Amino acid sequence: MDITINLTDGVPIYRQIVNQVKYLVASGLLLPGEELPPIRTLALQLKVTPNTIVKAYGELEISGVVHKRRGSGTFVSDARPQLALRERRRIIEQRIDALLAEAHQLNFSGDDILRMLHERKAAMDAGTDEEPAEVKKK
Amino acid sequence: MGQTTVVDVNDLSRSFGSKRALDGVSFHATAGQVYGLVGANGAGKTTLIKHLLGLLRAATGSVRVFGLDPVRDPVGVLGRVGYLSEERELPEWMRIDELMAYTHAFHPTWDVTYARELIDTFALDPAKKIKDLSKGMRAQAGLVAAVAHRPALLILDEPSSGLDAVVRRDILDAIVRTVADDGRTVIFSSHLLEEVERMSDHVTLIHNGRVTLSGPLDEVRRGYQRSRVRFAEHFEQPPVLVGALAMEGGGRTWSVVHSGSLEQFHHSLLAFGGEVVDSRDATLEEIFLARAGRTRQPVEAV
Repeated sequence: MDITINLTDGVPIYRQIVNQVKYLVASGLLLPGEELPPIRTLALQLKVTPNTIVKAYGELEISGVVHKRRGSGTFVSDARPQLALRERRRIIEQRIDALLAEAHQLNFSGDDILRMLHERKAAMDAGTDEEPAEVKKK
Repeated sequence: MGQTTVVDVNDLSRSFGSKRALDGVSFHATAGQVYGLVGANGAGKTTLIKHLLGLLRAATGSVRVFGLDPVRDPVGVLGRVGYLSEERELPEWMRIDELMAYTHAFHPTWDVTYARELIDTFALDPAKKIKDLSKGMRAQAGLVAAVAHRPALLILDEPSSGLDAVVRRDILDAIVRTVADDGRTVIFSSHLLEEVERMSDHVTLIHNGRVTLSGPLDEVRRGYQRSRVRFAEHFEQPPVLVGALAMEGGGRTWSVVHSGSLEQFHHSLLAFGGEVVDSRDATLEEIFLARAGRTRQPVEAV
């Protein structure tokens, strides 16, 4: 399972695991019915205390993302669609918060950012139209 | 999750000459958890560990491991403890296989298959003498001797000190296996806060012989924030903000590690004409440096 632990931004490790598993489920990289790695395996992979994995899996179970089967393991639940919207929103909102903080520090107002967002979007949309032409030139 | 008490240290004090090495230290460990000890060199971590191993007798206070006094009952304690120290004191003249047989003799629970598996994994030559081993190989040999009897309590004193990334990883793997396989207990000291943050369920900060911070990692970290703040005017010295433990920076922009009431912090910041640029939870390293007084510290606000 593709999970990266980052110790520089102050987010507790179990929360990073919870967030990334939710993201993997929301984005369809983990499918309903798929089994998550056993606790020991993921702890060895991430070099974290096994109790952190226990805590993360427990939290994922409470929020209905995964379920445990007695004597076997932890599996992704079928609740994807409902989760997807909420998680997608949350992921984007985190990025927006970071953007607004950075903007504030560089003295851009909220309106400046909105305007720039529209400009960038327009430039990007134009870019996608132009790109195939550029590729053809090569 | 077991609530069995493995280590119970109460009000332990110790002096070497006029130096107070431990000052009223209490420390408790329950089964199935990983305990990280952090603090500067000479803060008292090794002195605490030596008391757990019965190498030092408690002058004031009490030390119990598995409910036993390690000085009075060394066999009952050490038989169930695996220990690896920074110095890795090993018999220099022994070959690796002799070291294994020797350690086996002291531990009826020695797992021959597990020991062989580890020696293979580390690619150690059993016929090699300890004195001919590199620093990393010594640590690996010491690690096999410390874990192959599957101790109920694994104690590692600065195990990663001076080792390369590969051997450090072997040591972390041994910690994970000890806890994951059958809920045994690990106490390790380290100056690598990243390791401590990854591997610990509980952390204890020892500073000048005293425990200044101790508890489950998530609880210890909760309530500490790191904020970047900006002021209208320049400051030569960091202004005194309510709840601020450490401030770094200069001029108009400062980075603050703070705890306590956010409202009071913001209020006192406002009084200096400052505002928060951004905030996030503080990392373990930021908290510990702030608590150990390593960064520029404003005079404590009332």
